[in-house]
Amino acid sequence: MRNPFVMQCGEFHVNYRQDMAIWKIARVRWRIFFIVLCFAAFPMLATDYIVGLATLCGIAAIGAIGLNILTGFTGQISIGVGAFLGVGGYTSAILTTKLGLSFWLAAPFAGLVTAIVGALFGIPSLRLKGLYLAIATLAAQVIILFVISRWDSVTGGTAGLVLNRPTIGSFVFMSEKSYYYLTFVILLLTTIFSLNLFRTRVGRAFIAVRDRDIAAEVIGIDLFKYKVLAFFVSSFFVGVAGALLGHYTMIVSPELYSISVSIEYLAMILVGGLGSIFGSIYGAAFITLMPVVLREVVNLLSGTFPGLEGILVGMKEVVFGLIIILFLVYEPEGLDKIWRNIKDYFRLWPFSY
Amino acid sequence: MGILQVKNLSLRFGGVVALDNVSFEVKEGEIFSLIGPNGAGKTSMLNCISGLYKPSDGEILFKGASITRLKPHRRTVLGIARAFQNIELFPHLSVLDNLMLGRHVRMKTGLLAGGLYWGKAQKEEVEHRRKVEEVIDFLELEHVRNVPVGTLSYGLQKRVEVGRALALEPELLLLDEPMAGMNNEEKEDMARYIIDIHEEKKTTIILIEHDMGVVMDLSNHIAVLDFGKLIAYGTPQEIQTNPRVIEAYLGEEHAV
Ligand SMILES: Nc1ncnc2c1ncn2[C@@H]1O[C@H](COP(=O)(O)OP(=O)(O)O)[C@@H](O)[C@H]1O
Ligand SMILES: [Mg+2]
Repeated sequence: MRNPFVMQCGEFHVNYRQDMAIWKIARVRWRIFFIVLCFAAFPMLATDYIVGLATLCGIAAIGAIGLNILTGFTGQISIGVGAFLGVGGYTSAILTTKLGLSFWLAAPFAGLVTAIVGALFGIPSLRLKGLYLAIATLAAQVIILFVISRWDSVTGGTAGLVLNRPTIGSFVFMSEKSYYYLTFVILLLTTIFSLNLFRTRVGRAFIAVRDRDIAAEVIGIDLFKYKVLAFFVSSFFVGVAGALLGHYTMIVSPELYSISVSIEYLAMILVGGLGSIFGSIYGAAFITLMPVVLREVVNLLSGTFPGLEGILVGMKEVVFGLIIILFLVYEPEGLDKIWRNIKDYFRLWPFSY
Repeated sequence: MGILQVKNLSLRFGGVVALDNVSFEVKEGEIFSLIGPNGAGKTSMLNCISGLYKPSDGEILFKGASITRLKPHRRTVLGIARAFQNIELFPHLSVLDNLMLGRHVRMKTGLLAGGLYWGKAQKEEVEHRRKVEEVIDFLELEHVRNVPVGTLSYGLQKRVEVGRALALEPELLLLDEPMAGMNNEEKEDMARYIIDIHEEKKTTIILIEHDMGVVMDLSNHIAVLDFGKLIAYGTPQEIQTNPRVIEAYLGEEHAV
């Protein structure tokens, strides 16, 4: 008989299809189902403020998965995410408010437009690597923001545009809870799509391009096609996240898509774990919530030490930077690795050596 | 007509002449060895054949058609596979995934189908997994199937490297020092695999190897490079008795 305490011994898979399933073990499938259920039930128990924070985490997670596909999985650095979020947000804003399209068409279309813009700015990646590519994507950031803030007649210039919440029939996604569910479903689809992608041909080719581009070429991967394709998919998800964010905050304006947003997204995938889908989600939640938590801590402390408030507010940025540096130094594989270590510990529990 | 013809090939890097007007022909189904001292231009020749280097002059024909100007990935589609001298595996991926990548051009699943993992995409994965498992059986890699290749021993990595090339089911297999740095037992295994590939799969093989015992045993024909020049071509017997080869490379002790 199997020892019920040893969680994952003696699992054998008798055919390739079974062995290739993402979640091979029934118990793991149940666990996933349970986790999804928890996320679905969560808004019933939380305040609107908390649900709103969770929504922001979810939207960021979609964008972070997008960026991770490009940077973590394909090895192409991009510091243009902020602007690409903007392309998604603005496209959806223009399509819904100026052309009267429904959100359900506008949001995927915004993804597609962002994907094409991303692919165009990805073309230099054939020749440029590392820092040089970073600079090229920085150019994307600058050019796109320039267009957004100057093309007044379409984008509303520095004032931006006002958006509406999505509707189905007469139902409007106005409440925090309803928008949370919308975000949650899209995040779930994004996650499943990405997990599938990286266990099939195209995703493997992305990883090959990242790890050894010469070998990738010799086994038959067209480097140019796959690098541009990576920019395309990545930007699609970033664009969808941008559209979701725009319709959530109900405003798009240039200062929301600055380079500091790009840096935040890079921090998400660094902290969460480069080349990890779940890591992107953890990292997005971490970076989205950290300022909130720090603010709470500052509020708490300045209640006790009234004179300190000014100093503590400044400390927030320092702590933010410090945490990222600590991650880079001590756990470059990010939160996902930490989580896996914890799981590995319990997988063979109680024989954890 | 040979499966591969190299005609008057030259390759220069600034002042360095890596290959100097080299011509030879590889016959279909043979094991063809390329030997010569370090720096003679053997790897450069393979790089020209697989398309990583652009020759300064000359032409390469594969099955009668010129491939001189084709990109590397186009040559893979034609059936040219390669195992590198310095291991060029994807270290974070498992042996399985590395071999599946070897079949990249034999598969079709695109971005959307892969992400959705519906019907055809799933069927294709399973089908090609079966082919890859054949290679795993063939090279006796069952025990490390799911291990990230970066963590394997050097000898095993060399074997996976050959496996990835084999996974393509190539018509022409380029092996750049597949036994370098191996102990005797591993070398014997590798020699046996090469013979098996040749006999069972009828694959044409171009082999670069320093161990003359192995080269003389396995090869149908041998070409000798020295300072980028082809100084000899022939059967193992002819090469062993060729005075220029003995002088340039083999040394007296290998002479018959
Ligand atoms: N990418 C390169 N750039 C400059 N010189 C090179 C390059 N590749 C090879 N060479 C030169 O070409 C010559 C042949 O090298 P190589 O083909 O690696 O020799 P072998 O494989 O026979 O040991 C050497 O002198 C080497 O320095
Ligand atoms: Mg060499």
